[in-house]
Parts: sequence; structure tokens; C-alpha cells
Amino acid sequence: MMPDSAPLLCRIAEQQRPSCEFFLDGRRCIALVGDTLLTAVLTQQAVLRHTEFGGGPRAGFCLMGACQDCWIWLQDGSRVRACSTLIQPGMAVSTTAPVMP
Amino acid sequence: MNTPPLVAPGAVRPVIVGAGPAGLAAAQTLLAHGLRPVLIDEALKSGGQIYRRAPDGMQRSAKALYGFDHRRAQEAHQLGDRLADQLDYRPQTLVWNAEGQTLFLQSPDGLDSLSFSHLILATGATDRILPFPGWLLPGVFTLGGAQVALKYQGCAIGREVVLAGTGPLLYLVAWQYAKAGARVAAVLDTSRRFNQMRALPGLASNPGLLAKGLWYAAWLRAHGIALHAGVRLVKAQGESRVRSLLWEARAGDPLTLRETACDAVGFAYGLRSETQLAGLLGCTFQFDARARAWLPVRDAVGRTSRADVFVAGDGAGIEGADAAGIRGEQAALAVLADAGFAPNLRTIKRCANQRQHLARARRALDHAFPLPQEWAAQAEDSLVVCRCEEITVGKIRQAVREGGVREMNRIKALTRVGMGRCQGRMCGLAAAELVAFAAGADIREVGYLRSQPPVKPLTVGLVGSAPASNQEMETADG
Repeated sequence: MMPDSAPLLCRIAEQQRPSCEFFLDGRRCIALVGDTLLTAVLTQQAVLRHTEFGGGPRAGFCLMGACQDCWIWLQDGSRVRACSTLIQPGMAVSTTAPVMP
Repeated sequence: MNTPPLVAPGAVRPVIVGAGPAGLAAAQTLLAHGLRPVLIDEALKSGGQIYRRAPDGMQRSAKALYGFDHRRAQEAHQLGDRLADQLDYRPQTLVWNAEGQTLFLQSPDGLDSLSFSHLILATGATDRILPFPGWLLPGVFTLGGAQVALKYQGCAIGREVVLAGTGPLLYLVAWQYAKAGARVAAVLDTSRRFNQMRALPGLASNPGLLAKGLWYAAWLRAHGIALHAGVRLVKAQGESRVRSLLWEARAGDPLTLRETACDAVGFAYGLRSETQLAGLLGCTFQFDARARAWLPVRDAVGRTSRADVFVAGDGAGIEGADAAGIRGEQAALAVLADAGFAPNLRTIKRCANQRQHLARARRALDHAFPLPQEWAAQAEDSLVVCRCEEITVGKIRQAVREGGVREMNRIKALTRVGMGRCQGRMCGLAAAELVAFAAGADIREVGYLRSQPPVKPLTVGLVGSAPASNQEMETADG
């Protein structure tokens, strides 16, 4: 059986694009130019965030900006929808909310 | 088309929200009459969800992306690109609130406001969801989401994908997945084939629609993909991700529980209209029995209860992309007529004829792919309905039973269902079904969730600089 940590999404087309580096919870990863943050993260692992209620893992749902399930955080503490934000080279994303001072 | 206007064009400031088939057609029609509308769209590129375009650098052909509809998709894209220079086109822009004749916008440049003389809302639709146990697990997506992953990103939602629910999108997405080389473990349709057979005479009024659906299903069968109709989705199983889907086969045979191994599920039960801006603008809504939902009241060409607000496309009522284009054109012609222009009568008549034709086919589709009627009765108390705040079926039933409440906005106040980030987009219709069933009431009696600004959460950090609005900013994230 595939491990829990195996990627969720599976690339089946458009794989000839140039790659770009990004940081996922501090770990250096490779995405493809044109990936959304959701694609970049979920081709690495199976979770985008944990809910603030039950704590369960979430990985997006509608992928079209309607359900708001795929919020993740950028290095500056801002929060973005992973499904509608394109990856930029060198971007650092976090699957956990920043600790407010 | 270039009828001289009876009023100075400068006095008319039309704004269109949504750059899908309806919004683009509306924009084209207004331009053809010498007006320069503002076209606002959330996406990076025009086309809407149905003709959503991949980001720059992707190379698949339109045929690979859109199947039978590739010519229409290409036409829409070319139209969008051609119009972009002539319009005041604002991509990546969210209308997060609307009051009076002012829209409140957020774009990558920040917050802004915009006034309109005439507003065409072409806000489209999202998947219609009825939750089932396990739907919160990573790997469970909407059918539309499964399609976006493939069309927009070249990804399948998993290695072994089950596509489920009902509606024409089910077979289209299954075909797109299989054709692109993804493994489709099963296609599970909750409607019975009986329903689909009964709908055939109506569908014959639009042979294209019928032929496409049958062709996709036949192709899937010919490629050894399991298609089951008349099923019930029982549970997506797994600890931290989907491992299998439990489902019941009901049609004909005695009830049998079956398990299909998979690592992803795409599901939906047709589409629901995105109506929140019409709600914020105070448009009158009425219950639509076909949609089992409340929609803005509109006349045959899209005029709402407000003289300056028009609705078009799936955001006004689900009719599909072809009808949306006509609805967009009709709404623009209505704007022109109301603003004192003299639009071409032949064009008006052609639109009306085309639309009636498509409406017949659409009614037949609704009969072929109905909502599962027993869902509200069968949902267990522990099932989470609201994925934002994890409100359960049991909590909603309790509010009805113990609180004696059956009106959706009071249910929302008591349980918080529909109060989360998605503003009820995902849970609102399911919650209404539950409340109606628990109260023993007709679904129209429970009403609908009132729109609240912001209709989608704003990016943190920009909220403080919002232009003055006399409405509270709270809600989305509490």
C-alpha cells in the first residue's frame, strides 16, 4: 500500500515545462512553471493544511476558488488560496499558520 | 448591428462580472453597439470554468483539453483575447461586495471600487455537493475540481480514480481522465438508467448533447471502464487519505455493498448557480423547483427585480455553456434597449428561438440526472455537512427538533452552518435538504442563506485599506 505521505496528485501531461525550486515547510522541492501552489504541494505530499476545528488533514476540494479549503501560508505570513495562486521560483510556503507574536 | 444610440454612450457605464461564455457574449454585444464595458473576472485568463485555459507554457491541444467542445472553447478564447484590448478588462479581480451601484473589488493591485449604470452578473456555477462519510479526506475532490486538475494543471487527482455522483459532467470527466491516461477505477452514477432512458425524447431536441453523453459512456465501456448506475455512495475509507470507496448497488438486484480500491474520488450532483452578488444587491429571489434552490427572479432576457441589474448564464440558472452565450447576448441587448439604444430586432428574435431550443434539452438532462431523493433521510448524524467549520448533520437536526427552527438563516445563526469561509457554497443546499426533511417541510419553506460580504475572504493585510463600506467586514473568518 502506498504510504500516507506519498503525493496525492499525479502528473500525466504537460511535464516538459521548465522546473522551478520552492520551499515547502522549509524543505527544498521542485515544481514546474505554471503549477498552482496546490499542484506544487500535492505532487510532493498528500496534505495542504490541518483544520483548526477537528485537526484533520485537508488537501483542497473544488480547485476553482469557491470552497476556500486550500488556504496555505507564505513566508511573510500572508494567507493564499493554493488552487488559485501560481508558484513563483524560490517561494516559501507553509502548511501551518504562522505563530502570531 | 451598429444602430446609432439614442443616448450619449458616456452616460452608460455597463459592468459585466464573469468572463465565461455568458460574460464574453455580453461584452461582445455591448462593444458592437459602441459601448465599452468593464469586464471583471477572478481568473487569470478569460473562458470561465468550462473553457478554463491552462497557464502559459502548457502545450496540449484544445482537442485534448476540451473534447467535442474544442472548437467552441477556441472560439471563446479567441473572442476573449480579441475583446481584451477593446474593453476595460480586469482579470484576477474579485468582486467581494456590492451595494447600491457600487462594486468593491480586490485585485493583485489592492482594493478598489467601481460604479455601474448597468450590471450584468455572469458569475457561473460550482459543483452541487451532497456530502457522504469520508468526503473530508485528502483525495476527495469535486468533479469540477478533478477536471480543473487535468485541464489546468495536467494532473490526475490520483493514481486510481473513482468518479461519482451524477450529471453530464460525470461522463465527460471520466472520458477526459481515461483519454489522458489516468486510471479510472469506476464511474458510479447515483441516477438510474431508467431516468436516463425516460429523458431520451427530450434530449432528441438537441442531438449533440445526447450524442456526446452516449458517446462518452460507450467509449468508457469499450475501454473496459466499469460504469454503474443507480448506486449510493456509502463511505470514502482511509485514515489520512482515501484508500477505497464503499458503495451500494441498488438498481434491480438486491442491495449489495461493494468496495472499490482507489486513492482519489471526484464527485458532484450537477451544478449550482453562484448568486451571492445578486443577493447583496437586493435582487428578489424565487424558489426554482428544477434547481431545488432560490434564484434571482428574472424575465426572459435576464432583467432582475432591479432595473439596473441583469443576470446571465449558469449563475442565473443552470443551462450549460451554449445557452449561457445566448443568455449573455440577451442580457446585453436588454441593457442596450433599457439604456435607449435600438438593438437589432432580428438578433433579439434569434436569441429567443435558440434559447428555447436549448432549454428543452436542459430539462431533459435534469430528468436524466436527478438529485438522490433519499439523501436527507439516510444521512447519519455524525456526517459533517459544513467542511469549513465541521458542522454535523446531527447538529442541524437538533436545531430543527429542539429549537423548532426551520428557516435557513436562523439555522445558520444557531449552528454556524453556512457561516464559514465558503459562505455556504459547498454546504448550503445540503443543509436546506436536511432542514426541510427534519422539519417535514417542503424545501421551499426553509428559504435560503442570505449573502454576506465579503463573498470570498480577502487576502489578509489588505482588509484595513478597504474603501468605505457601510457593511460589516466580519463573517468569512469570524
